[in-house]
Amino acid sequence: MVSRLLLGMDLYEYQGKELFRRHGLPTGAGKLAQTPAEARAAAEELGAAVVVKAQVHVGGRGKAGGVKVAASPEEAEARAAAILGMEIKGHVVRRLWIESAAEIEREYYLSVTLDRGAKKPLFMFTTEGGVEIEQVAATNPEALVKLHVDPLEGFHPWHGRALTFGAGIADANERRQIERLASQLYEVFTSCDATLCEINPLVVTKAGELLALDAKVTVDDNALFRHEDIAAMRDPEAAPLEERAAREKGVTYVKLDGEIGVLGNGAGLVMSTLDLVALAGGRPANFCDLGGGGAAQGVVDALEVISADPQVKAIVFNIFGGITRCDEVARGILQALEAIAIAQPIVVRFDGTNAEEGRRLLSEAKLTNVYPEPTMLEAAKRAVELAG
Amino acid sequence: MAIIVDKSTRLVVQNLTGREGSFHALRNRAYGTQVVAGAAPGHGGEDVEGIPVFNTVSEAVRETGANTAATFVPARFAADALYEAIDAGLETIVCITEGIPVHEMLRLYQYARDRGVTLIGPNCPGVISPGKANVGIIPAEIFAQGSVGLVSRSGTLTYQIGYELAQLGLGNTTVIGIGGDAVVGSSFIDILSRFEADPETEIVVMVGEIGGDEEERAAQFVAEEMTKPVFAYIAGFTAPPGKTMGHAGAIISGSAGTAQAKKEALEARGIEVGTTPTEVAQLVAKSV
Repeated sequence: MVSRLLLGMDLYEYQGKELFRRHGLPTGAGKLAQTPAEARAAAEELGAAVVVKAQVHVGGRGKAGGVKVAASPEEAEARAAAILGMEIKGHVVRRLWIESAAEIEREYYLSVTLDRGAKKPLFMFTTEGGVEIEQVAATNPEALVKLHVDPLEGFHPWHGRALTFGAGIADANERRQIERLASQLYEVFTSCDATLCEINPLVVTKAGELLALDAKVTVDDNALFRHEDIAAMRDPEAAPLEERAAREKGVTYVKLDGEIGVLGNGAGLVMSTLDLVALAGGRPANFCDLGGGGAAQGVVDALEVISADPQVKAIVFNIFGGITRCDEVARGILQALEAIAIAQPIVVRFDGTNAEEGRRLLSEAKLTNVYPEPTMLEAAKRAVELAG
Repeated sequence: MAIIVDKSTRLVVQNLTGREGSFHALRNRAYGTQVVAGAAPGHGGEDVEGIPVFNTVSEAVRETGANTAATFVPARFAADALYEAIDAGLETIVCITEGIPVHEMLRLYQYARDRGVTLIGPNCPGVISPGKANVGIIPAEIFAQGSVGLVSRSGTLTYQIGYELAQLGLGNTTVIGIGGDAVVGSSFIDILSRFEADPETEIVVMVGEIGGDEEERAAQFVAEEMTKPVFAYIAGFTAPPGKTMGHAGAIISGSAGTAQAKKEALEARGIEVGTTPTEVAQLVAKSV
């Protein structure tokens, strides 16, 4: 099975191509545009025919009408006006990449990603490019060349040859270009701390030149501290509003589609809580991990984000105290209830460090909308009940 | 017996002089773990409540006979600290640090393997062998001594399941949080094979979550290589495809790596999967 690890920060095509160019990979000339007028100006500057390409963090934009050829600057402006603001699989198009149109002879696929099973970088190459790689892997696995690289040894020229000869590339000039490209792509992968570098399609032009026509790059969040330039590429508008608010407050929050708000400490315990909410017949509204600390302020911030979601009808707290102390979480709940108007009932389950003290603090406050429960299953059931 | 840490563990704590390092080292010592040294560059000659601090790990090993490290070094310096611990000749390294870049871990995984070093973590709660030793941040009071081996990718969920087991009168030989990151030093299979070889461990509980295919690989290993009964719990059935849930490991993209796929793979190999943490503890209790 193809191991695709898509964690981390997704880059737009034009940002990925910027990284590609820095490492010598051939890409087409292009300009960024955020308005139809900018698209027209870009097309004028580039001359000849251009392609107007929606910049979104999701595949399938071509099928959705997000990629259009324009023969003139006027047409580029009109195409841009139609594509900007378009919604592709829930992503609103706010940026366009205007690129000189290439004369395409053939389309290949080349990627390097992290194979977490083998714990090694994995190259994949096929001459059947331009389509979904999963499809090639499923229907024509012999056509897909897969090759691991030893992370301690890095890339050697033979890796490139194994890819080109493996895929049956007959033309020597073409082979040399692809082998160099693979080496450069591995450089992008390691030097940018990427978890995915994908070129689909990698095209051969009518002039016999190789060109990265698309770029999909995902960068490891944990490594952004050593890549200020890449960290600055993050588009804060790409995330849902609530997730943005949570990120600003340093809370791990993922918006889901249900009515039960969920908070807990530790990703595994929170996921387990979501499952119990579902077992009890409810639907979780979010994933929210207070993390190891669970200090009072973190609880206030998280509650603020969750209670602001109009879909949320009840909130369940599931805390297993370790480093996190239940009394501290209880103080956070009390502070939040004082500071913000929370209409939803809050079900609380405490166990572990200072659980009794936490329960005592809540019961002494005599709150009408806070419901203690002894186990996580009972807490989930109660929350579903209260949500009606 | 127990696995990975026990009475013979002689612990050196990397970054003992830091807030987290000192807090947990002292808790580990209070539990009965032999915490023999700390390592912190520039702090050689100091001590933390009687635990001597050395500038380098190799000096700590030479002077105190340390055989195990606990790493509390901040993420951006942690890879370097792990290489130092490996090169100092330690047998076992438990890395608590969260947020180490995955490319560092790809290289470290290989480097540690090539030298026969047991690396647990990173981004893990640690290892406890109840009644013998506790290395890391696991709250020891939850766990009782017993015959159930417990291995998990999660932290607090491990505590939850240990707690459920204890409520039913079941204790543990060793509890290991292997960490939720995409690349960790020890996999389920590494730990399962050690539980299989440990005479005191009679039953094993494996706690998985969405992402990757470690659980699927473990299922095959259990069926082919293990004689001891294994029970499982998987978190993340309601996680939507493509959403990141905090851990790097808790990622699903497409169908492989989903909780449902893992459950099916485990059950196909005859491993019972509890629907809730309570149910998995009940399954274990019923089998003894």
